[in-house]
Amino acid sequence: MARFLMGEYDVIVVGAGHAGCEAALASARMGKKTLILSINLEAVAMMACNPSIGGTGKGHLVREIDALGGEMGINIDKTFIQSKMLNTAKGPAVHSLRAQADKNRYHEEMKKTLEEQENLDLKQGEVVDLIIEDGKACGVVLKTNSVYRSKAVILATGTFLKGKIFIGESVFDSGPNGLAPSVELGDNLRKYGLPMRRFKTGTPARALGKSLDYTKMTEQPGDEKIVPFSFLNDDLKKNQISCWLTYTNEETHTVIRKNFHRSALFGGQIEGVGPRYCPSIEDKVNRFADKKRHQLFIEPEGLTTDEMYIQGMSSSLPEDVQEQFYKTIPGLENLKIVRPAYAIEYDCIDPLDLKLNLENRSIENLFCAGQFNGSSGYEEAAAQGLMAGINAVLKIDKKNPFILDRSEAYIGVLIDDLVTKGTNEPYRIMTSRAEYRLVLRQDNADLRLTERSYGLGLASKSRYERFLQKKKIVELEKDRLTKKMVSPEEINPLLEELGSTPVKNKISLMELMKRPQVTYESLKKIDDSRPELSDHARAQLEVQIKYEGYISKQEQQIKRFKKLEDKKLDSSFDYDKVDGLRIEARQKLNQFKPISLGQASRISGVSPADINVLLIHLEKMRRKKS
Amino acid sequence: MEDTIAAIATAYGEGGIGIVRVSGPKTFEILEQVFVPAGDGISNRKMTYGYIEDREKEQKIDEVLCVFMKAPHTYTREDVAEINCHGSMVALRKTLELVLRKGARLAEPGEFTKRAFLNGRLDLSQAEAVIDMIKAKTDKTFDVALEQLDGQLSQKVINIRQLLLDLLVNLTVNIDYPDEDIEELTYEDLEIQISQISDMVEKLLATADTGKIIREGLKVAIIGKPNVGKSSLMNELLRETRAIVTEIPGTTRDTIEEIISIRNIPIRLTDTAGIRETEDKIEKIGIEKSKKSFNEADLIIFVMDSSRDISDEDREIIQYIGGRRAIVLINKIDLGRTWKREDIEELLPNSSVLETSLLEKTGIEEIEEVILDMVYGGKVKQNESLMVTNVRHKDLLERAKSSLEDARNMTLGREALDFIEIDIKNAYESLGEIIGETVSDDIINEVFSRFCLGK
Repeated sequence: MARFLMGEYDVIVVGAGHAGCEAALASARMGKKTLILSINLEAVAMMACNPSIGGTGKGHLVREIDALGGEMGINIDKTFIQSKMLNTAKGPAVHSLRAQADKNRYHEEMKKTLEEQENLDLKQGEVVDLIIEDGKACGVVLKTNSVYRSKAVILATGTFLKGKIFIGESVFDSGPNGLAPSVELGDNLRKYGLPMRRFKTGTPARALGKSLDYTKMTEQPGDEKIVPFSFLNDDLKKNQISCWLTYTNEETHTVIRKNFHRSALFGGQIEGVGPRYCPSIEDKVNRFADKKRHQLFIEPEGLTTDEMYIQGMSSSLPEDVQEQFYKTIPGLENLKIVRPAYAIEYDCIDPLDLKLNLENRSIENLFCAGQFNGSSGYEEAAAQGLMAGINAVLKIDKKNPFILDRSEAYIGVLIDDLVTKGTNEPYRIMTSRAEYRLVLRQDNADLRLTERSYGLGLASKSRYERFLQKKKIVELEKDRLTKKMVSPEEINPLLEELGSTPVKNKISLMELMKRPQVTYESLKKIDDSRPELSDHARAQLEVQIKYEGYISKQEQQIKRFKKLEDKKLDSSFDYDKVDGLRIEARQKLNQFKPISLGQASRISGVSPADINVLLIHLEKMRRKKS
Repeated sequence: MEDTIAAIATAYGEGGIGIVRVSGPKTFEILEQVFVPAGDGISNRKMTYGYIEDREKEQKIDEVLCVFMKAPHTYTREDVAEINCHGSMVALRKTLELVLRKGARLAEPGEFTKRAFLNGRLDLSQAEAVIDMIKAKTDKTFDVALEQLDGQLSQKVINIRQLLLDLLVNLTVNIDYPDEDIEELTYEDLEIQISQISDMVEKLLATADTGKIIREGLKVAIIGKPNVGKSSLMNELLRETRAIVTEIPGTTRDTIEEIISIRNIPIRLTDTAGIRETEDKIEKIGIEKSKKSFNEADLIIFVMDSSRDISDEDREIIQYIGGRRAIVLINKIDLGRTWKREDIEELLPNSSVLETSLLEKTGIEEIEEVILDMVYGGKVKQNESLMVTNVRHKDLLERAKSSLEDARNMTLGREALDFIEIDIKNAYESLGEIIGETVSDDIINEVFSRFCLGK
C-alpha cells in the first residue's frame, strides 16, 4: 500500500489523553508547529476512571503543572463540581487539593482549548507505525497510510496500546471505555526493540444515581471555602454536589470469595501487573482477609448525567457477580449498573529505557509520557506529558533539557523514580515518595517553578507577573509584620481569648504568628493597617512564618542532597576505569550513564559503597587537575 | 588499573620472622620473578617453601615461606602475596627492594587498608578501626579497634537504623493515606519509640568519652608554681628522668609531653612551666603553652608545697582551676605542714586531694588509682564491650541524638507528623554516615585526611 505525505510538523503527539494534551499544548505554546493525534476525538482528555482530579500527592502535581503553565489546573477549575482540601488536620506538607469533575465538560473544555490553541492541529487518526531514520524518530504513519513527518515524536498512548479488557471470563481486545485499541503500533514498537511490558489497571462499575438510596450513606460535601487549583484563579464560587460514603460488609466479601475462581485476575488470564496502591475489590478481600469492611465513595460523574462512580470498588469479576456483590452494600440494594466494572491490560515501556528528559535511550527524538511509561493516574500522566512536550521542544532547539530534581518538584520525584529506579507496577505518586515534602508544598508550587517556566517561554507573561506580584506582596507583608510591634495591653486580651500565653513586653506580629494558636486571620482585630491579601498570598504567608524553623531544617537536608546531585557525571565516563566498583555496579552504570552522582546513587544495583568509591575517584581526578 | 604495592608488613626492628606484603594485579608476575619454590610451584592459598633470589645478581636473599592469595577473597580484594622472611631487617629490606625493582611501588601508610575500603571489603568504620589498630598505643586501644573492625559498631548502628526505618515507614503510611481507615500512629506510641531509640544512641555515646581517652590518651596537665615537684611527679610516673629537675624556679621552660600507660589506659602527661607572670621571653612562651595545655587537659594535677604557705600564685591557679576536675597533690609532706588539707578541699570542691612525698616516693600508687577512677568515672568498667573511639563517630552520634530530642519535643508538643519525620530522617542519616550507608561528601575529607591518598 502506498503511503503518502500529509503534513510536516515540529512535534507530533500520539494520543490525546491527559499526557498528550499537556505535551501538545506545551509544544505549541513554546512556538512549535504541533500535531496531536487521537484514535477517537471523543477520547480527548477522557477521564476513563474516577471523576476527580487531585488527591494526596496528585494535587501537588496539578499545582506544579499549573505553575509551569500547563492546562490541567485551569481545566479542572472550569469544570469541577466539588472541591476539597484533604489532610487539613495534618501538616502543611500534606495538604492536598482534590476536585470532583464533570467528566463530559472536562473533556469538552480541554478539546476546545486544543482547538483554539495557536500552532496546534488536532486530528483523529490511529498511528500504526513510527518513521525512524538513522536511529531518530521523524514521523508517524496512520492506518489510512497518511504520513506525517516531524522533528520529534511524543508517545502518550495510555491504555490503548494493545489494550485488552477483562470482565470475568470474557476477554476481548479493546481500548478504555469500549473505544478501539491500538494494536499495530504496539507490535511495531516491539519490533524496534523497545523493552515493552504488560501492565493492568481497572475501573469500577457506574450505577444509575436514581437507583441508589443515599439515606443509608454518609454525605460528603465539598469545602465551604473553595481553593482553586490554578494560581491564575482567585475566588471561585460554585454550587457543589456531594459525594456519599458507604461500606462493604461480610456478605459482600462472601460473595466475592465464592467467585474468586471466576475472576480474570485469579484465573491467570491477566499477565499484566496491577497497581498495589489502587487494588480491585477482590484483591482487597483476598489480601486483607481480616478486614471486616472496606469503605467506598459514590461520586457523581457530571451534571448532565445520572451516572455515579463507585470509588474503591474496581473489579474484573463477571457482570452477574458484580451485580450480586454491589447489591449487598447499604444504599446499593436496588442498584442498576449502567457500565460494568472491568480490568484493562495494555502495553507500556520499561521506563528505565528513558532518560531524565523522557527521551528514549535508543531512539533519538522519541519522547514518552504517561501510562505508556508505566505510571497510573491522570495527574502523573499530565505531569510527564508537560515535561515531554517541553523537552521535545528544547531538543529540537538544541537547548539543555529541562530537568527538575527531587528537591524541586513532585514532578522531579515522579520522573526520577520512573526513569532511575524503574517500576514493576503502575506507578502512583504519593507524598511519601518525596523526601523534601515540607518544601515541595502545593501552596508554593508557583514560587518554585513559574520563573523557570517563564524562562523557557512556556508560562505566559501575565502568569509570570502575577507570580512576581504575589511574591512581592508576601515579602512586603512579612516585612511589615516584623516591624509592627504591639504592647501587652493591646495584645493580651486577644491572646487570652485564643488560649495563648500573654506577653510581658512589646512583641512583633511576626513573632506572635509563630505561635500555634495564633493565625494571620485572628490578628486582624488588632491589625487595622493590613493590606488586602489574596487567598494564595495569605496561605503562603502563613506557612512561611509558622514553619520557618522546619523549612530551614529541610533546606539544610536539600543542601546535602544537592552536593551529590551537583557532582555531574559525563555520559562518556568509563566506569570500567574506576577501580573498586563492584561488577554489577559497573555494568549498571555503564549501561545507565547517570547524569550525576546523585542519580547514580538511586540506580538499583549500585550500593552506597560504590558511590563512595566514585566520590573518591572524582575527588582524586579533581585534585590531579588542580 | 591500580598499580601493585608492597611494604614490610611487620613492625620495624628485628624479630623471629618478618613479612613483606604485596597487593595488586602484578603480584603473581612479581612473585614468579623473585621467588624460587622448592617444590612444585606457587598455588593459590598454599604456603610454599622456597627462596627469594635476585636473578640478575644470581644471589639468594633469604629462605622464605610464601603464600599467594588470589582476588577477590583477600584483605584488599586484590591479588595478595605474603613473603615470610627471616626477621632480620637486612633480609626484609633486600626482599622488599627486589619486589619494588620488579614493578611494585612502595605502599603509603595505611594503603592496604585504603584498598580494602575502596574495594568494598571494609565499611568506613571498619577501615577507620584498622588505622586505629596500626596506631594503637596500648593493648586497650587495640582491643577496641579490633571490636570495631569486627563490625560491632556497624552492627549496633545498623540495628538502631532499622528501628528508625520502621518508625519512618509507620509515619509515612499515616501521612499518605488520609482516606483509608488505617490504624493511626498515636503520639504516645511515637514518643515511647523515639525515647527508646534515643536511649540506645545515648548508650553508645556514653562510651565515647572513655573511648576517646582510650584512643587518644587521657590528657593530664601537671600544674603548680615553680619548685613544688612537678617534674619529680612526672619522672615518678614515667620512672625515668626525661624532664630536668633542678631547684632553681623556672627550669622547665617548655611543656613536655610523655605518654604512659596505667593499666592499659594511655595517659598523656604534660608538664607545664607554671602560669606565673614573667618578663622572660622564653619563659613567657612556655607559660602560654602551659595555659593552652591546661585548657585542653581532660584532667589537671595541681601540685602544692605543704612546707610553704599558700601563695598568691597558688591562689591564682586555684582560681584558674575553678570547678574543673583536678587532683591536688600536697607534696613535700616530709618537710612539714604549714596549712591543713581541709583548707584546699574547701577552695576546690570538685577535686581529689592527695598527700605525697615524691622524695620519699609515698602516695604515688594512690595517684594512679585516682586517675583511673576519673577515667572510668566509677561507672564504666574497663573490659566493657564496644566503645566509640572515633571523633567523627561521636560527632555523628551526637547529631543523631539531638535530632531525636527534637523529634521527641515535637511529639510532646503534638506537632504535625511531617515535622517529626524530618528529625527522624536526620537521625537516620547521621547514623548512616558512620557506616558509610548514607553517602555524604563529607566522607571525602575523612578519607583524604585519614588515608594517605596523595595528590
